[in-house]
Amino acid sequence: MASIDIAGVKKVYAGGVTAIHSLDLAIPDGELVVLVGPSGCGKSTLLRMIAGLEAITEGTIAIDGTVVNTREPAERDIAMVFQNYALYPHMTVRGNLEYGLKNRGTPRDEIDRRVAEAARILEIEPFLDRRPRQLSGGQRQRVAMGRAIVRQPKAFLFDEPLSNLDAKLRGQMRIEIKRLQRNLATTSVYVTHDQLEAMTLADRLVVMNAGRIEQVGAPLALYERPETLFVAGFIGSPPMNLIDIGYLRDKGALALPEGTDLVGIRPDTIHLAPPEAPHVTLTATVELYEPIGGETHLHMRLADSGQLIIAAVPARTATREGAQVSLHVGLADLHPFNKETGRRTD
Amino acid sequence: MIENRPFLAFLTHLVLILGVVIVVFPVYLAFVASTHGSGDFMRGLVPLLPGPHLVENYGFMLNEGISTAGAPPLSIMLLNSLVMAVSIAVGKIAISILSAYAIVFFKFPLRLLAFWIIFITLMLPVEVRIIPTFKVVADLGMLNSYPGLIIPLIASATATFLFRQFFLTVPDELMEAARVDGAGPMKFFRDILLPLSRTNIAALFVILFIYGWVQYLWPLLVTTDSRYYTVVMGIKRLAATADAEPQWNFVMAAVILAMLPPVLVVILMQRLFVKGLVETEK
Repeated sequence: MASIDIAGVKKVYAGGVTAIHSLDLAIPDGELVVLVGPSGCGKSTLLRMIAGLEAITEGTIAIDGTVVNTREPAERDIAMVFQNYALYPHMTVRGNLEYGLKNRGTPRDEIDRRVAEAARILEIEPFLDRRPRQLSGGQRQRVAMGRAIVRQPKAFLFDEPLSNLDAKLRGQMRIEIKRLQRNLATTSVYVTHDQLEAMTLADRLVVMNAGRIEQVGAPLALYERPETLFVAGFIGSPPMNLIDIGYLRDKGALALPEGTDLVGIRPDTIHLAPPEAPHVTLTATVELYEPIGGETHLHMRLADSGQLIIAAVPARTATREGAQVSLHVGLADLHPFNKETGRRTD
Repeated sequence: MIENRPFLAFLTHLVLILGVVIVVFPVYLAFVASTHGSGDFMRGLVPLLPGPHLVENYGFMLNEGISTAGAPPLSIMLLNSLVMAVSIAVGKIAISILSAYAIVFFKFPLRLLAFWIIFITLMLPVEVRIIPTFKVVADLGMLNSYPGLIIPLIASATATFLFRQFFLTVPDELMEAARVDGAGPMKFFRDILLPLSRTNIAALFVILFIYGWVQYLWPLLVTTDSRYYTVVMGIKRLAATADAEPQWNFVMAAVILAMLPPVLVVILMQRLFVKGLVETEK
């Protein structure tokens, strides 16, 4: 268990491509931090630099107060769970779990004890003598986690561990990872491009884009108050609607901060019935009525501007495709942004 | 092909059986010849059934040999061939798996150049470079010795290339997982890569053993001392007697004996061999 301190870290690849621009991030002991962002944003590179699989061009990474820049992965006392599990195919599950401990010269009885415990926690006891090939995807994933747990490392590093699983299993494993991390209280860094996974798992969410951190914070805080246009568009599904300020101005006097030229509206803050709080009202035509169970997504086109807008309304909302509707959004639910800087203006 | 047509089944079997007969018949004839007396084959009528002299002929060849032809007993030649073939196969595998490991998993300057130089040697068969090779071996004083038989044939671009191709299919993450698990380069090689290459090694062993066993030209050149004759080149000497008719019964006994070890290797390693050619365990 340890803190991880990333200070001024930069990664420039041999070809001159800068993957990460001077990045700072402090992860306190026991926290589960999720790095999320589109592919190519540098989140995996950052994780691999923490692991020691990728050289650090500039800056320092410290684990438990010790700078580990030049240390081999094994000397950093971290454990990593890979996307394709990377289990040793010729070893049994037990062999896979034991391998790292054996290499560290852990005594035999200690190895047995730890393997038994990890197998119990992950419920993989029945498979201990099987080969990875004979396991299903979910079971392999558990073994990969087991390999990390038995080491009792200072930190867990997860590199998109669930992206090879089907949706249902992914949901289950997500919960198990969270529970496991809570119980073990081991500092963890988790990389994913799936924002649902990111939101549900993270103690703290780090949104990355083009080698830079866009915003760091609790998942809900990021959802409720995105600091940049990128975060606003990336977190939340369906994504936030971004409406031109000029269009809104016409709909009523708005007291939005200086420099605002785009206004973000979360689909779930759009109401068909006018709320009591102060609000703006828009008119739109329903183009697509998309029931998804618990709620319904309305894809609409705004009157005059013709811009697309998506609203998430309660299931069985009484409207139909082609109908004209009035949309009401509370003033408190408007997110003002500046297009140039991409930042929030209030 | 789940059609059930008796005529087609008959036809395909006929073709197959005919093919087998055509291939097997000369071998069978060699076996028959090796069981007859010395003059039986020269009478003009070739016998088609085994004769009574099997044990006698084989025993004679193994223990005494045809000294008039300048050939030692077959047992010595078989042993020489075995030493040569096994050393070549083991040596080739050891050298090429290590060089492939270096080329695939390590980054060093001129890595690609090294690979291409190895690869280019594929284009030069032994026969092309046989005179310079002979000169080198002669200058090193390795004529008439096991090293002289083995070393010039021990490096293999083909095997290096095959191992390289196999290593390229091993996911990077496996190596990274091993690194995180505290395995250094040699440990990763021994604990992960070698076990994964098992079937490839077995398949290559079969091929290279046979390659070493059937070497003809090179042993012929570097051995003048009959103690170092290998069996495949020895057969040539048995058949090429100067003033007399070849003793075909003995020659054929030698042929059958020379054929046995490769056959045994193929049969015993068949399962691994086929596995190595068709599947990669990953």
